[in-house]
Amino acid sequence: MSEATAPGVIQDSRLRANLVGLQTLVIKEVTRLLRIWPQTIVPPVITTTLYYIIFGKIIGSRVGEMGGVPYIEFIVPGLVMMSVINNSYSNVVSSFFSAKFQRNVEEMLISPMHNSVILLGLMAGGMTRAMLIGSIVLLVSMFFVETLSIYSIPLTLSVALLTAALFSIGGFINALLARKFDDVAIIPTFVLTPLTYLGGVFYSIALLPQPWETISRFNPIVYMVSAFRYGILKDRLSPELIDINIGVAFAAICVFIILLFSTAMWMLNRGIGLRA
Amino acid sequence: MSRSPSALEIRNLSKTYGDGTEALQGIDLDVEDGEFFGLLGPNGAGKSTTIGIITSLVNKTGGTVRCFGIDLDQDQAGVKQQIGLVPQEFNFNQFEHPLQIVMQQAGYYGIPRKLARRRTEKYLRQMGLWDKRTTKARMLSGGMKRRLMIARALVHEPRLLILDEPTAGVDIELRRATWALLEEVNQQGTTVILTTHYLEEAEALCRHIAIIDQGRIVENTDKKSLLAKLNIETFVLDLQSPAPADLGLDGYHHCLTDATTLEIDIARDRSLNDVFYLLSCQNIEVTSMRNKANRLEELFVNLVEPNKDLKGQS
Repeated sequence: MSEATAPGVIQDSRLRANLVGLQTLVIKEVTRLLRIWPQTIVPPVITTTLYYIIFGKIIGSRVGEMGGVPYIEFIVPGLVMMSVINNSYSNVVSSFFSAKFQRNVEEMLISPMHNSVILLGLMAGGMTRAMLIGSIVLLVSMFFVETLSIYSIPLTLSVALLTAALFSIGGFINALLARKFDDVAIIPTFVLTPLTYLGGVFYSIALLPQPWETISRFNPIVYMVSAFRYGILKDRLSPELIDINIGVAFAAICVFIILLFSTAMWMLNRGIGLRA
Repeated sequence: MSRSPSALEIRNLSKTYGDGTEALQGIDLDVEDGEFFGLLGPNGAGKSTTIGIITSLVNKTGGTVRCFGIDLDQDQAGVKQQIGLVPQEFNFNQFEHPLQIVMQQAGYYGIPRKLARRRTEKYLRQMGLWDKRTTKARMLSGGMKRRLMIARALVHEPRLLILDEPTAGVDIELRRATWALLEEVNQQGTTVILTTHYLEEAEALCRHIAIIDQGRIVENTDKKSLLAKLNIETFVLDLQSPAPADLGLDGYHHCLTDATTLEIDIARDRSLNDVFYLLSCQNIEVTSMRNKANRLEELFVNLVEPNKDLKGQS
């Protein structure tokens, strides 16, 4: 680069270079998740199908209706969100930790790509997988429910995308901190799974006795599952089983995204878990 | 006329790791543009830490690094753009193939896909890997993997190429091929910094050599001056028939390692002809002769060994 190049021109060319970097990372991540589809796509679809059969059909037929809709219809949004959460998280944590483990993360670290591009590229991979699996899980649900109608597609889509973004960042932070493969499984097993199961996937927290209902309101996943269920079932579900205010839910998800994104960027800039 | 900036200018660079290990103790280093520079040192001397800091893989504790006049602290991305790195260990995704690996690296450096594709083909062909472009990296031989890392480092056409032990564990034929390639890259104007354990490699390739030991630069000069510091060389002479007890080599430190092999130390200011003359007087015929050790290796040992002794005493 010429020494006489104007600063504005440099900024412009760096922006373009970073966009190429982002495009490269997105292609790499999507190629990866499609290449290993038996690991990334098939298992979550099978697991959720089993949930539909066991909780929706076999047990659900005895539960009857929940807030005015058949129980299986009530759990469809919860199961889709569970897939979105798990897959966004696990895609990023496994992809980035593998890169750390094999040391090919150095390919990115020595390049002039901005750290935010690395984070956004990995997030894009996690979000793609989450949306892909979420869509398949939603499609599979059509074999089990009589009618699948969505109250608001934009609302449903935006909640799913924001949730996928949030948990992709969570997976990224987990990968940064992980030193061995065992560390990759700790958060999903001991934090994510309990919070998801207790986050209103299979029930409305309005049905819980006190103090459990109040305690559940501190579980961030409640807001995501409920907002997603609101987007699908709002016009059919009894108002008393709508657990959250949709505005509060959006605000909460956005605040969590900002907090986690800032934390991940701070860690990346300091080289935590990456640089000696 | 203003002087073009150095390829690399390091001042008072220090690194102390979290466990208290002082890997670098304030080193200064200058590498001129277009240089073929060797950074030598024993294991744990600080070579990889220095390279790690230059390439932003290690956080420095203190000091400054400038690459072609760009300060690492002020414009890290600008410095990174100038550098290509060939690390010591294979660090690409073993499940990807060379085409993907090199294309991705080009993308990380902001090279648009069309151009990246052309450059990838150019460097994979140059490295003899084009036919293996869709073979999974883990299926490549060790030598191919090394060449893949060189292709990957060259794809953004850096002005400074850093190679950390590029021929470690590589057979002689491939080592020679790599040398030829690196010389070609250097002749095309790319500054090359090489760390190596093979001192023969440094002697063959580098025009300027720095020796680092225990986090300090103990020598930093051009190869000619460095080799001039070597006062005595040891030669090994193979004799045609078993040597007599008295070889008539008074004034020369020598010994027979077996009946027909003579080792002799010869000062730089003395002529080899004198030795041959003395041996001829004893009717001893020499069939062949070689340096006992690589010249640089001898010097290296001289520079590094005293520090090792001190370390042992402390």
